[in-house]
Amino acid sequence: MASVGVAQFHQVFFDESLEGLDAMESSLLALDEGGDSELVNTIFRAAHSIKGGSATFGFPEMAAFTHEAESLLDELRDGRRAIDGAIVELLLRTVDCLRGMFARAQSGQPLNSAEAESLREQMAAALGRKIEPKAAPSRRAGDHADAWRIDFCPHEGMLAGGNDPLRLFRELAALGEMQVQPLLDRLPPLAALKPAACHLGWVLELRGQVTRDQVAAVFDWVEDECELTIEPLHVVADEPAPAAAVPAGKPPAAATVHSAESGSVRVSIDKIDGLIDLVGELVITQSMLDQFREEFDSAKLALLQQGLTQLARHTRELQESVMGVRMLPIGSVFNRFPRLVRDLTQKLGKQVKLELVGEQTELDKTVLEKIGDPLVHLVRNAIDHGLEMPDRRRAAGKSDTGSLRLEAFHRGGNIVVEVSDDGAGLNREAIVAKALQRGLIASGDQLSDEQVAELIFQPGFSTAAVATDLSGRGVGMDVVRRNVSDLGGAVAIRSRPGHGTVFTITLPLTLAIIDGLTAAVGSEHYIVPLVSIIESVQAKPEAVHRVTGGGELFRFRDEYLPVLRLHQLFGCTGAQAVIEEGLLIVVEGDGARAALLVDGLIGQQQAVVKSLEANYRRVGGISGATILADGSVALIVDVAGLIRLQSRSKAA
Amino acid sequence: MARILAVDDSVSMRGMVAFTLRGAGHEVTEAEDGQLALDAARGSTFDLVLADVNMPVMDGIAMVRELRTMAQYQGVPILMLTTESHTDKKMEGKAAGATGWLVKPFDPDQLLATVKRVLG
Repeated sequence: MASVGVAQFHQVFFDESLEGLDAMESSLLALDEGGDSELVNTIFRAAHSIKGGSATFGFPEMAAFTHEAESLLDELRDGRRAIDGAIVELLLRTVDCLRGMFARAQSGQPLNSAEAESLREQMAAALGRKIEPKAAPSRRAGDHADAWRIDFCPHEGMLAGGNDPLRLFRELAALGEMQVQPLLDRLPPLAALKPAACHLGWVLELRGQVTRDQVAAVFDWVEDECELTIEPLHVVADEPAPAAAVPAGKPPAAATVHSAESGSVRVSIDKIDGLIDLVGELVITQSMLDQFREEFDSAKLALLQQGLTQLARHTRELQESVMGVRMLPIGSVFNRFPRLVRDLTQKLGKQVKLELVGEQTELDKTVLEKIGDPLVHLVRNAIDHGLEMPDRRRAAGKSDTGSLRLEAFHRGGNIVVEVSDDGAGLNREAIVAKALQRGLIASGDQLSDEQVAELIFQPGFSTAAVATDLSGRGVGMDVVRRNVSDLGGAVAIRSRPGHGTVFTITLPLTLAIIDGLTAAVGSEHYIVPLVSIIESVQAKPEAVHRVTGGGELFRFRDEYLPVLRLHQLFGCTGAQAVIEEGLLIVVEGDGARAALLVDGLIGQQQAVVKSLEANYRRVGGISGATILADGSVALIVDVAGLIRLQSRSKAA
Repeated sequence: MARILAVDDSVSMRGMVAFTLRGAGHEVTEAEDGQLALDAARGSTFDLVLADVNMPVMDGIAMVRELRTMAQYQGVPILMLTTESHTDKKMEGKAAGATGWLVKPFDPDQLLATVKRVLG
């Protein structure tokens, strides 16, 4: 059935509609700041497409809802209504409401909500009318007859417009028995005859159980291109209405359940063409190497080496390009912030100018999907706690409008996302007082600014005297750090009292490949991610201290680090148990450091990460597995997880 | 089988229209706005053009007006895909030279019936 085929366009419709909603939102925000009328056209087009699509793809509630918004936009577009803050606000809430409807549509839930109803009424009220159920079309006398006379005189240009009288007659003939009488009175002399013009007229008689509407429907496209009268030949008195042939409302299309995440990625043609080019070169290199299979002598050694070098280069380039397929610009995440900032500042009575930089910076799709929430939290924090009220800013000699900046850029092999404000900076006294109250520090502790800043990442830490509904409850900076570190990244903070705060999130380019150091433990190999390694050292006996309770500490520069014996933690046999005989890898994760005891280092390599969870189950202290050059499997150490595991087992 | 040009900026609508028509054995060329449709129409001939009204760059009305100035598109059926809320758009389209319209929302069967209506 055809509708089965149509279902395949649901996801496309959802995707393009969500894009349309994003465009609507950003255009509305621009309009709020005094943008031009072309923005209204963009907004109108998006609403119009959503309305048409939702009706076509079986979401009548959404179509009815969008219809109100479209009518409102139509008035804005025609200049019948002025654009003001209240309308923009109403339309922004409409966008939000539609997003909710799409989310419900994708999971196959009922679309309407109390909010949608209330918004619909508000829009109708703004349009100066009430939503009323459609009245049934009234019946006119003479709608029914068993024979009709139709006088039909097309205008000369009707044929050029694509309407052929023959088609009309064919349709009429399908309704009943028909007789056609041509009218030749308009026919000009041959010299004046225009071959593409219609000079004829017709009188038609149609017999059968046919309603006036059925006859009129045949001529619906040509009403303005002809003289037309439709008269009953015999009026049928008071005929009972025929049973409704079309059910009043179609049942909604069978609920197609889609997962919330579509699991697809849009890739630009350029990237795909680049891939195809690279594969082409790889094939050429392969055939070049292939000729050595037939005959090989030492004279050809240089050629072979050259070929292998080329192969290595192409493989590396291909790997990078394939990774690039998963990369999307961070702009799609940044785009939600103008709205967020507008809503928050309005609520709090603050003035904030948002600046977005580096929107084209590309990130792995998975990272992109998960970085949104931490960023929202940082932005909320900056507006709620960081940036001051206008009067306080003025008193501090700053401009009334605070500045908030979101910037993404590349640094080394990483992506850096910074959230910076020119607010009051971290309040050292408030943080220390809170930490004392929470028992996180002792009263005599002398803390550096860095250590004070670290305190805000402690679980459950919040300095706001009254928890506002803005920064959220129960979710703190500790969750931000946890989320970022789950992505293999890190959060750092820099703050200057009176000048502002900068949060720096460092993220890996991709989650699919890591640079790691391969270490031997007994007969096993483990990969330690390079990003978490500070140094590898041979421990001198005097640097290792045993403490009561069985723990071991390694003195590294001025710090004492817990020693984690990988062979014990992972149960490896035949490994080096004497610390001084093995090697200590000093690592850092989530701001905590430790020393990992291994037998020795094998070398550095890129590891393609395979999920352990998907193939086996989640294992504490292990983030995944990889396949080594010799075909054996090595586990990848999750440094932060390992340190957490160790401190927890010690606390227990 | 006919050669049909389907013009709509919405990927889902255009996809649905093209899919349905191809399923019925027609040869379909897709264009995502009026300007691209004109480019396609210049380089080829079509038996039928189906066009959305609201599109960026060049809307459906302007596209019809342009098409009708071209000799090879005299008499070729051009149908506007429009929504019932815009009766005036139907007339505007007609005045520009459209043959008729198909009111959104339509299902594949309605689309095929309408296409059959003009192509016979």
